[in-house]
Amino acid sequence: MAKWITGGLALLVLLALPALVTRPHHRHVLIMIFLYAMLATAWNILAGYCGQISLGHAIFFGLGAYTSTTLVKQAALSPWIGMAAGAVVAVVVSQAIGFPVFRLRGHYFAIATIALGEIVQTLLINWDWIGGARGVFIPIRRPDSFVHFQFNESKQNYYYIALAMFALALLVTRLLERSRAGYYFRAIREDQEAAASLGINVARSKQLAMAISAGLTALGGTFYAQYILFIDPESVLSLSLSILICLVAVLGGVGTLWGPLLGAAVLVPLSEGTRVLLGGGGKALDLLIYGGLIVLISVAQPGGLMALLRRARGDAHQLGLGAPSRPRLGHDKP
Amino acid sequence: MTAEILLQSVISGILMGFVYALIAAGLSLIFGLMEIVNFAHGEFLMLAMFGAFWGWALWSVDPLLSLPLTTLALFVLGVLTYKGIIRWILGGPMLAQIFATFGLAIFLRSAAQFLFGVDFRLIQNPWVQGRISLGGLFIGLPQLTASAAALAAFAGLYWFLRRTETGLALQATAQDRQAAALMGINTERMFALGWGIGSACVGVAGSLLAIFFYVFPDVGATFALLAYVTVALGGFGNVPATLLAGVIVGLVEVLGGMLIAPAFKYAIVFLLYLLVVLIRPQGLFGKF
Repeated sequence: MAKWITGGLALLVLLALPALVTRPHHRHVLIMIFLYAMLATAWNILAGYCGQISLGHAIFFGLGAYTSTTLVKQAALSPWIGMAAGAVVAVVVSQAIGFPVFRLRGHYFAIATIALGEIVQTLLINWDWIGGARGVFIPIRRPDSFVHFQFNESKQNYYYIALAMFALALLVTRLLERSRAGYYFRAIREDQEAAASLGINVARSKQLAMAISAGLTALGGTFYAQYILFIDPESVLSLSLSILICLVAVLGGVGTLWGPLLGAAVLVPLSEGTRVLLGGGGKALDLLIYGGLIVLISVAQPGGLMALLRRARGDAHQLGLGAPSRPRLGHDKP
Repeated sequence: MTAEILLQSVISGILMGFVYALIAAGLSLIFGLMEIVNFAHGEFLMLAMFGAFWGWALWSVDPLLSLPLTTLALFVLGVLTYKGIIRWILGGPMLAQIFATFGLAIFLRSAAQFLFGVDFRLIQNPWVQGRISLGGLFIGLPQLTASAAALAAFAGLYWFLRRTETGLALQATAQDRQAAALMGINTERMFALGWGIGSACVGVAGSLLAIFFYVFPDVGATFALLAYVTVALGGFGNVPATLLAGVIVGLVEVLGGMLIAPAFKYAIVFLLYLLVVLIRPQGLFGKF
């Protein structure tokens, strides 16, 4: 009961937040927190629950952004239709990618996803029809309109949409946690051979995790395009974006429901704060701190901030992270 | 396209290939020892290049002269990385193993950006410059020097691994940690040594690259990605095979760039990685 009351109160606060936070920059920080929390939650489904560490999720983000933008520019369709189309494209591409790449494991898989990300970025940089390296501006619409997914007078609606997307990702993760598929995912993460020997179709489970993760990530891509109103391969398809998504989840706690939000709530204000303090200038102080934090977390507490919180609360729950890898005698097969 | 241009490209591909091979050898050595990919390998290279650059900029010491010192510094950096970070994650989850060095990479890159800025810098008037012409073909002397020195360093590494007792102990540890320990090899020391030597490889490569390549905080990223491809091609952990693999990567890069489109040259190299790990995961040459 107490849990429901806390949850209800938290939701009320989140819904009322735009009334309290009125400065555009502060609202921007809130929007970014929920966008990154959502992306990290989507990544977490594949990497945290299913144990497949993708370093190429910008592919799906970029597909979401480019699909909706291209439909807006070339066919004058509403970005909402583009959002759905982007998710479909991302899911289809994720299945095509997953089919060969899921045969790889561990480092081999991670590097393969980097390679794929670089390939997709190179392709889009050189594809002039959708904007090429110059990128695409999305024409500004006046007045604000829900159909056109543009709210240039106030960021409030963007906030609610970001919040709703995060809620969706959270809901999907929560449902997965308790579903048969979710248990399959975790079984594969813990021990793929054991899972397979118990009759789990490993390939199909991985593809399912990939599809859900890619589809959700693509939604974030469309949102980003409509919020910033400019996309180019560097901003929506780069390796650094893929890594940023992972860092949020890793810092917060991989394989946990709330870890991504926690990570985003720490990293986004840190990033925006250092930018304001130092006035940008390409000093990368935020990344300097991120990098240091990630090393510290990996060495001291791979469970992330969630694990620290749980330990502080004396909670004996499982940390939600894969068991330490078994001592390996020979070489790992990819 | 004339045969001349083709030959010219092949030569520059091979020359770069030797440098790629040296970078990849360090990565492969570490992977062979403990099945950890050093995602900060490119950033180590970047630091070596900056070391060479600042030696020149502040005290007008040529990169070739400061090479031993840079290499030593990178050796120490590698050992410290092992002692400070890697040792603690050896038995940890895969995720910690990947993100510890990834975090280090981001940290080092941003630190360089924070301290030195994002400008592209170039060493002017190094000892070796200019080019030689061989029957209509032009070869840049800096590239030639870098390539020859990289090859020499590679040979030195090979000799060390195959002919010295420490090198053999290193290989034994790579093959079977427990058995090596039972034979009285201090595996802990071997791991630290492996990280030292693996990093020293990019110390040499970075000093050499600094003669003719721009130095900037992100410079390591591309070389690191190429090194992953090279290592995969040679077979993870197979140090000698990275030599041939490096040359193949160098050739694919220039020929792919020339025959298809320069813009796609790295995409083609990455495609090569995917093909190799999917079709022949043990690399072209298997394990040594």
